[in-house]
Amino acid sequence: MTDRVQLHEPYSDSGQQHEADMMGMSVFLASEIMLFGGLVIAILVIRYLHPAETVEASKSLHLWIGALNTVVLLTSSLLVALGVTAARAASAWWTTRCLFGVAILGLVFLGLKTYEYSLEYADGVLPVLSDPPRFSGSIEHLFMNVYLMATGLHAVHVSIGIALLAGLAWRVGRGGLQLPQETVTIEVSGLYWHLVDVIWVFLYPILYLAR
Amino acid sequence: MSDLATSDHYGRTADDGGVSETGTQRQSYLRAGHTLRSWLFTTDHKRIAILYLISITTFFFIGGAAAALMRADLLTPQGDLLSDEGYNRAFTLHGVIMVWFFLIPSIPNTFGNFLIPLMIGARDLAFPRLNLLSWYIYMLGGLFTVYVLITGGVDTGWTFYTPLSSMFSNGNVVIAATAVFVVGFSSILTGLNFIVTVHKLRCPGMTWGRLPLFVWSHYATSIILVLATPVLSITLVLIAAERLFGLGIFDPKLGGDPLLYQHLFWFYSHPAVYIMVLPALGVVSELIAAAAHKPIFGYWFVAGSSIAIAIIGFLVWGHHMFVSGQSMYASAIFSLLSLVVAVPSGIKVYNWTATLYKGHISLDPPFLFAMGFVGLFVVGGLTGLILAMLAIDVHVHDTYFVVAHFHYIMVGGTVSAFFGALHFWWPKMIGRTYSLVWGRISAALIFLGFNLTFFPQFILGYLGMPRRYHSYDPSFQVLHVFSSSGAVILGAAYLLPFAYLFYSMRCGAPAEANPWDARGLEWTVPSPPPRENFETIPVVTRPPYDYPVEREGGDD
Ligand code: HEM
Ligand SMILES: [Cu+2]
Repeated sequence: MTDRVQLHEPYSDSGQQHEADMMGMSVFLASEIMLFGGLVIAILVIRYLHPAETVEASKSLHLWIGALNTVVLLTSSLLVALGVTAARAASAWWTTRCLFGVAILGLVFLGLKTYEYSLEYADGVLPVLSDPPRFSGSIEHLFMNVYLMATGLHAVHVSIGIALLAGLAWRVGRGGLQLPQETVTIEVSGLYWHLVDVIWVFLYPILYLAR
Repeated sequence: MSDLATSDHYGRTADDGGVSETGTQRQSYLRAGHTLRSWLFTTDHKRIAILYLISITTFFFIGGAAAALMRADLLTPQGDLLSDEGYNRAFTLHGVIMVWFFLIPSIPNTFGNFLIPLMIGARDLAFPRLNLLSWYIYMLGGLFTVYVLITGGVDTGWTFYTPLSSMFSNGNVVIAATAVFVVGFSSILTGLNFIVTVHKLRCPGMTWGRLPLFVWSHYATSIILVLATPVLSITLVLIAAERLFGLGIFDPKLGGDPLLYQHLFWFYSHPAVYIMVLPALGVVSELIAAAAHKPIFGYWFVAGSSIAIAIIGFLVWGHHMFVSGQSMYASAIFSLLSLVVAVPSGIKVYNWTATLYKGHISLDPPFLFAMGFVGLFVVGGLTGLILAMLAIDVHVHDTYFVVAHFHYIMVGGTVSAFFGALHFWWPKMIGRTYSLVWGRISAALIFLGFNLTFFPQFILGYLGMPRRYHSYDPSFQVLHVFSSSGAVILGAAYLLPFAYLFYSMRCGAPAEANPWDARGLEWTVPSPPPRENFETIPVVTRPPYDYPVEREGGDD
């Protein structure tokens, strides 16, 4: 780290400040993991209570769209990592490109997700919206409820991530964020994006591959 | 906001009967700005602590008012003061406010905020703006609660059990859940801030082994705050989704499991009781060491037991569900683990006793509050053990025995520690000393009033008085009258300190930097501390609590 890093309040040493920022984000992510943890437990409990019906219900999800989305997210994580490296190397041009790339992949993810929801809507298995609902049974209804909660909450996180990274890309492009001094801002936001990705990596198997 | 009032008198001499402002006071954080703005937009951890102190105390009195209503209603066997519905709403609001708006933030957000940077030799918390944000989030949650209060309340109990909360209740469940959800983020941010601060901002020489026990217990608390609160958040989101959109996950009609709700809720809420009590344990360790003027006995045991409590506390939630129909084996294991979690608490009590042994004890108010804490905490803890026994719990479950038990821990324990902390650090925070005599009187009154209020409830519960009922069998009336009259004393005793503490702000003698002759970095800076805490960051060279040790047999 260079010594030209902007120091904010209680810090007198840039290394210390950098560590504190990274640690703050990690602790926050631990908290996020517990947030999704509750939902994951709910999914697992439902599966444990009704194994056969859950497997059946899982078949109404579109496996391949989910798989494609997994690829999209993993690629975006790679771009984040490249963006951070570019930021460290003070290349504003590359940083901007990478971060915008992430935001676009995020939008692709949301687009595919919406398409998937619309298919489920047409099948009559999207809770709340499908009218009339055509669930094969109450367990499928239950399963789709928790599916919608989990993926919906995840989509909210993806949207926040898109806004965050697009905003950063814009600031870097305009020269509003000094590189490499303020790389930590990008690193911290990148961590958040990785987490969003990891959560999907867990949701995908327990929802889609449970068949 | 009377510190604001004092600051308006900046520079005036004491012709109005107040003691004139001291030089230290003029340079202190209290005078670092005079406008309301300078308070509402401050990033100074000390000022934020004061903001919290004011708002939390306000909620304490709102919650207390609900308790007063209930106790008045319980004077007679018929429910004549409140309707059935009204009583349900009163105890729900009382529980929600006391738990989330008073007890959980009480010690951490006021004293933790104020003291942790001072104790570890830092100029502020790791993220000062986040700290301010967390206060605003708290206030936002508070607004939701007040809204619920004004528009008629909720009737689900503070536990929001499904399917009552999701399908049947006709109160403002969603808004109440939102209030709790919002205030949860405030807790998470505070916990996060404390964890990073303790890791990254200790001054040179402040090793982990030299951290004050107060800091250790806040560290443990923060871990729970960060890891348990989000589980509550998601649970509340699920309830709201079920109520608003019929997106049922606990709904038995769909094959959902209402018990799942209880598991998720108690996975948070049992650790939450440690959120409520660990900071209090930290306060009491400080008060006892300072009162005994001796190094704390078994420092590592006391510090380690905080961490142990934080970890084991995550594994015992099932003891709230013995009669819920969970598996017998699960119940047996939860019962056993609950006995295990008592061990670290026991260790603390023994170590405190050993610390006091042959100490030169000063019977100042902080020490009296600490003793009150220990007594009530022991009773609360032992009755907790009784409840953790499967067989007995089945008998007293959902009776006043449980009500008495948790009030001994939460009110007798934590609220006493809160007042102890207030009396111990008041001179540091405000720079004035208060009347010790009145301090002793209120410590004694709180102890007496508390026991008179809640001890009869153990008997009531054992005899079979169920909780959450306001009309009861006339044979219970005598004990209820005892309890309600105790509540009058207790209420008055809680108000008393505000009188003499406010008085001291204008008229108390200026406090020295170290009025209790205690150790710890916070006592090395002036009272009240300057804006930046330390002129130069201190370097610690000595162990914590390094009071002079006397030789056995020496008569010094
Ligand atoms: C100041 C004296 C207090 C009195 C007289 C009092 C009285 C009561 C009463 C009568 C109930 C209802 C019991 C029932 O029927 O279930 C109750 C419940 C409760 N109280 Fe208090 N209380 C006091 C202070 C506190 C404090 C300071 C706290 C927390 C810090 C607290 C936390 C609770 C909780 C969590 C419940 C359970 C509510 C529920 O069942 O949903 N109380 N209290
Ligand atoms: Cu418990």
